[in-house]
Amino acid sequence: MSVSLEHFLAVSSLLFAIGLFVALSKRNAVAVLMGVELMLNASNLALVAFARLAETALPVAGHVFVVFVITVAAAEVAVALALAVSVYRARGTIDVDAVTLLRL
Amino acid sequence: MIEGTGPAVAFWGLSALTLLAAGGVVASRNLFHAVLFLVLVFFGIAGFFLLLSADFLAMAQVIIYVGAIAVLMLFAIVLTPRASRDNGETRMAVPGLVVAIAVAGLLLLTIGDVEWRTVARVPELDVAGLGRELLGTWVLPFQLASVLLTAALVGAVMLVRSPREEREESEEER
Repeated sequence: MSVSLEHFLAVSSLLFAIGLFVALSKRNAVAVLMGVELMLNASNLALVAFARLAETALPVAGHVFVVFVITVAAAEVAVALALAVSVYRARGTIDVDAVTLLRL
Repeated sequence: MIEGTGPAVAFWGLSALTLLAAGGVVASRNLFHAVLFLVLVFFGIAGFFLLLSADFLAMAQVIIYVGAIAVLMLFAIVLTPRASRDNGETRMAVPGLVVAIAVAGLLLLTIGDVEWRTVARVPELDVAGLGRELLGTWVLPFQLASVLLTAALVGAVMLVRSPREEREESEEER
C-alpha cells in the first residue's frame, strides 16, 4: 500500500470545497470565518504535500509559505472577530443577512 | 509516493477524521459544536503535517490554530451573548453548494489530469533549514509579518474598545 501526491491533493480540494460552502452559505459571521479557516488549512495541506512529494528546487520553500499563511490567518482572525464583536455592539446581531449597512 | 502500510493507514484514518469533522462544521446546528468540530479538523491537518514530515508545522498548527484561533472564536461567540447560536444557512445555501461542488470537481479533474513529477526519496525538510530560509531568503517578508501582526493587534484592540462603551463605564463608576 502506498499514498501518492494525488491522494493528499484530493483531500485538500475536498476540504477546500467544504470550507467554500461554509463561507458562502452560513448566516453567522463567526461561522463564515470558520469556512475561511477551513480553506486556509486546505491550502496549507496542499503546500506541505507539494514540499514533501513534488519535484521542486527548494522543498523547504513550501514550509516557509505555510508559516506565512498561518501568521496571516492569525492576524486576519483577530481583526475579523474584533469586527464581529464591534458589529454586535452596534446592531445586536452578527447575522450576515441582517448586517447590510455600514452606518448605524 | 509514501510507501508502506503504516502511512497508508494513517492517511486514510486522518482523511476520514478531517473530512468528517469538516462535515460536522457544516451540519452541526449549534455554533459551539461547529467550533469543536473545527478544532478536530485542525488536529487532523496537524496529523497530515506529521505524515508529510513537517514536524515544526504540525506543532505550530496545534499551538496557533487550536490554542489561539479556536479559543478566539469561542471568545467571539461568548462575547456576543444575544446573537443567535444557530449555525444555519442563508438563502444562498443552494448556490453556494453548487459553486462548492463545481470548484471541487474542477480541482479533482485537474489533479487527475496533470502528470505530477514526484520525488522518490524524502527531501531535506528539517527545522534548522526552515529557520535558515526564513531568516535568509525570506527575511523581508518575515519582518513584514511582524509589522502585520502589530497592526492587527492594535486594530483589534481599537475595534473592540468602542468609545460609547467606555463612556457608559465611566458613568457607572460615578
